[in-house]
Amino acid sequence: MRMIIRIGIIIFLFVALVPVTAMSDDTDPLPEGYCNWEVVDYAIEAPLCGLGGDAQRGKKIVSDSHLGNCLACHQLPIPGIEAYGTIGPPLGGLASRMTEPQIRVRIVDTRNINPMSIMPGFYRDPRLINRPGKPYRGKTFLTAQQVEDVIAYLVTLK
Amino acid sequence: MISSKQYLILLLGFLFVIPTGSLLADTAKSGYEFIKPSTRAMQDDEFENPGMLAVEQGMELFNIKQDGASKACSDCHGIDGLKMDTKSIARYPVYNEKKGEIVTLQKTISNCRNNIGSNPLPANHVDLVTLETFVRNRAFGEAVNVQTDGPVAELLNKGEKIYQTRFGLIDMSCSHCHALYPGQMIRGQKISQGQGNGFPAYRLDIGEMTNLHQRIQQCLTLMRAEPFASDSEEIHQLGLYLMSRSNGLKIETPAVRY
Repeated sequence: MRMIIRIGIIIFLFVALVPVTAMSDDTDPLPEGYCNWEVVDYAIEAPLCGLGGDAQRGKKIVSDSHLGNCLACHQLPIPGIEAYGTIGPPLGGLASRMTEPQIRVRIVDTRNINPMSIMPGFYRDPRLINRPGKPYRGKTFLTAQQVEDVIAYLVTLK
Repeated sequence: MISSKQYLILLLGFLFVIPTGSLLADTAKSGYEFIKPSTRAMQDDEFENPGMLAVEQGMELFNIKQDGASKACSDCHGIDGLKMDTKSIARYPVYNEKKGEIVTLQKTISNCRNNIGSNPLPANHVDLVTLETFVRNRAFGEAVNVQTDGPVAELLNKGEKIYQTRFGLIDMSCSHCHALYPGQMIRGQKISQGQGNGFPAYRLDIGEMTNLHQRIQQCLTLMRAEPFASDSEEIHQLGLYLMSRSNGLKIETPAVRY
């Protein structure tokens, strides 16, 4: 019986953890000024490119549909916004649930936490993007400065 | 350690729960269930539905002999297409075994036009989408009935793989939105299951009739991805897979969608 359970567990793990194949096209160059980052213990400690963020600018970026467009999926405590998305968790009080480095890894590329996540990586390595449209080749969703601005705003949500 | 009795209970539980759960999750729902009540009312009213204009224009293109053509569509298929078999229309896209290719309803219309000497038109030309809208509307209320067995099964697998693949800077797959999050809001709109039974549909967002392939291209562009070309294998395989997911749903062309 133990043997059966062991085999069952092995089969379950095999099926449940289907390997995620990275679709990378290494021919695209990294954008100039793309800064590398490192995930340690599910967090990115250092600000991208060593930049400081501005919470006021960040607040604009999260609600601008041409920039962060966070509101497409998340609820945020910004008055006057009628339509919020309900795909991701509401972000009110985010900073009392996680630290700045934990927020950073989720904005930069949340697939370091959950490989199946629907959330785009806002500072994902552009070479890992599959079939980007022509205007977006070699680019990140947001710039390093914009990501830091968004983080500066999000840490105010206590 | 689990006793053999507990193990048996667990096993039985899994055997029962897994199939029941997946049956519930797989119930196909038309995009109609996800649009706003005002949009539904617009679709249901023949005079309010902007897509009905395309149906009427398509009927004209169908009944009247076009430039260079030896006859009109209606000479073979009846005035207003009344001789057409609605059950056949509901089977599209079909697989042509001889040629080994997926054939959309628009492609069949286009081939037919070329055979009677009309000026050939590029894929998704407005006249072809208009004719496609009219012909599909003849099968209004008929259940979508795409073949899924035989040689088509392999093509559906390929289509499903594309459905599960992430594309573009926004880096989502079709399944991320349309399989995992239907019913959730993305800004002010409810996410649908991405069913094909309403297409060609009138899209409020762009104010145009849009067939399923065009909708796929628009979705990919929105994902900031390079859309598949109209004559590509990928768009045909994905289109086939999407329409097969709609098997059993009633044809609503012209639906009104965001």
